[in-house]
Amino acid sequence: MDGINALIDGFGTALTPVNLLYAVIGVVLGTAIGVLPGIGPAMTIALLLPLTLRLEATQAFIMFAGIYYGGMYGGSTTSILLNTPGESASVITAIEGNKMAKRGRGAAALATAAIGSFIAGTIGTLGLALLAPEIVKLAIKLGAPDKFAIMLLAFIAVTTVLGSSKIRGLASLGIGLLIGTIGIDRSAGGQQRLTLGIPQLADGIDVVVVAVGLFAVGEALWVAAHLRRGHAEVVKVDGARMGREDWRRSWKPWLRGTAIGFPFGAIPAGGAEIPTFLSYALERKLSKHPEEFGHGAIEGVAGPEATNNASAAGGLVPLLTLGIPTTATAAVMLGAFQSYGIDPGPRLLSDHADLVWALIASLFIGNTILLALNLPLATVWAKLLNIPRPYLYSGILFFASIGAYATNTSAFDLWLLLIIGILGFFMRRYGLPVVPAIIGIILGPVAEYQLRQALQISDGQLSGLVNTPFSVTVYVIAVILVVAPVVIDRIRSSRAGDGDGDGTHHVPHLTPQSANQEGQ
Amino acid sequence: MSSTPTATATQKEGRSEYGVALLLLVLGGWAIVDGLSLTDTASRGPVSAKTMPIVVGVLLVAMAVLLVIDLARGGRGEAEGGEDVDLSHGSDWRTIGLLVGAFVANALLIERVGWPISGAILFFGTTFALGARHYVRMALISILLSVGSWYLFFLGLDIKLPVGLLKGIL
Repeated sequence: MDGINALIDGFGTALTPVNLLYAVIGVVLGTAIGVLPGIGPAMTIALLLPLTLRLEATQAFIMFAGIYYGGMYGGSTTSILLNTPGESASVITAIEGNKMAKRGRGAAALATAAIGSFIAGTIGTLGLALLAPEIVKLAIKLGAPDKFAIMLLAFIAVTTVLGSSKIRGLASLGIGLLIGTIGIDRSAGGQQRLTLGIPQLADGIDVVVVAVGLFAVGEALWVAAHLRRGHAEVVKVDGARMGREDWRRSWKPWLRGTAIGFPFGAIPAGGAEIPTFLSYALERKLSKHPEEFGHGAIEGVAGPEATNNASAAGGLVPLLTLGIPTTATAAVMLGAFQSYGIDPGPRLLSDHADLVWALIASLFIGNTILLALNLPLATVWAKLLNIPRPYLYSGILFFASIGAYATNTSAFDLWLLLIIGILGFFMRRYGLPVVPAIIGIILGPVAEYQLRQALQISDGQLSGLVNTPFSVTVYVIAVILVVAPVVIDRIRSSRAGDGDGDGTHHVPHLTPQSANQEGQ
Repeated sequence: MSSTPTATATQKEGRSEYGVALLLLVLGGWAIVDGLSLTDTASRGPVSAKTMPIVVGVLLVAMAVLLVIDLARGGRGEAEGGEDVDLSHGSDWRTIGLLVGAFVANALLIERVGWPISGAILFFGTTFALGARHYVRMALISILLSVGSWYLFFLGLDIKLPVGLLKGIL
């Protein structure tokens, strides 16, 4: 069990007073920013990224861990107390959780979400610690063709599984790949590509600028154009606690949710959206009180919330072992790793073992701090929801501007930020999903490098891309991903005439609406 | 994609979506032209510096064409929802214009007058654009935030944001 030993070393690094302080700061900031309406986990990380600019890599990673789980938990509080979710993975939490809150059971909803997130996060992180070294053992043997195949799979998965329109998903991916190509091509001849002769573009566009522009500025402009007149209704709560009956009804959904969420997060086709739907459907089927579903059933909060967090932990498996982000949040984190000169991939765990294990240990620590803070502080977080909207969205633009400027202390980045923000605005307006774009930006250059390597090894023969059993398997999966939804659609529409209404039909209409949102 | 074509506004927005296709076409064309203009002598193998821009360009152009076909058949991009988003009215261009204005003012001023002033202008301008009208409160919060963040970055993070006109005072 080399994983366990390494993990203990990781705790040794993470538990020094200074590093512990960074974990606490990460959790508190992550939760506080994540709770704010309209700010999902990806924007939370993007906005807080500049704070880690001058930190050592270890401390920055420790803070990321806190921000990651903090931002996730903050989002679920928002969904429960406000009606609509800020991220696709919280759609379900919003349905049942908000109904519970309106029936005066907000405290129980917040508690089951907090404790469920803690349990799922802890089990999920343990899964990550045990699984990652094993996967790395396999991944280290993968060659360039295999890696390229996985990246292609990630592109296809993120465009076909998540979006409601494949054309718009692919268009968004194309925009991302285009932005990722800007700058000097380091692996072939060092030429400037797509820089329009602007010297500041030679190094490419900084990940902070891209992430903050797409998520923060784009979102703020979009919301500003459609700001809800009058106040969104915040349900009042007086804390987060649950009774014996709530525990009895919650613990099984927590565990089942964890079991569903982790594997879905770990495969590079993820997102937490599908597993949360599955968990919800499962809990409704197994519940002794199916009639409560849709009116505030605690199982409908406990299951999906646990799923959401387990899937977030699972998502770190491909990120840390293969360098593949499956969600927007993971993509932003990957970009942050790169800015430290760290190249996530199979070698990460051996080259930067201390960093990675400190990160994983911090996930455990952050999760525990989160639970300790959130049960007593729930009412404080709830107050943040009442912040007047003009100040909230001005604040987002204000901190986005500081972040973009501070990265290179250059006003040029502010102009870039504005352009990317306007791009993000129009993507939201015309239903181009943002997640494929950010994944394309981060992963595009890596995929290009692997493709080049693969074809150099094979002397230009295209067969060099499919000459390993592994790459062939991955391509088959990719084809299934493309073909299966079409086939299922056909079958479903030919059956639609029967109208048997087996209960699952209430949920699916939510998918396309949520698919355009931020992802987690 | 299940929009009910009742209001003329909906049809108008449908037409403006062809602009997205145009943007994709322009971006794709730019990538292809830029890719073709590169002369790559250094790299070995079939994937040269040109390959990526051209592949991406072709992808974007193809998506532009497919999007036009989709739109002609009545397909529509779904605008994104959210906690504070009300899609029942159209985009409020005046607010967007004012926001962009405040943003541009900051970008122009930050290195001339310094962040403590330009940041305050940014925050004041954006809150005004978003409909706040408590001028005293807005001004106080703006100054507090911009000066506070300048000190936070300077003392806490060792990042020097421009101090500009207030040099020697802060």
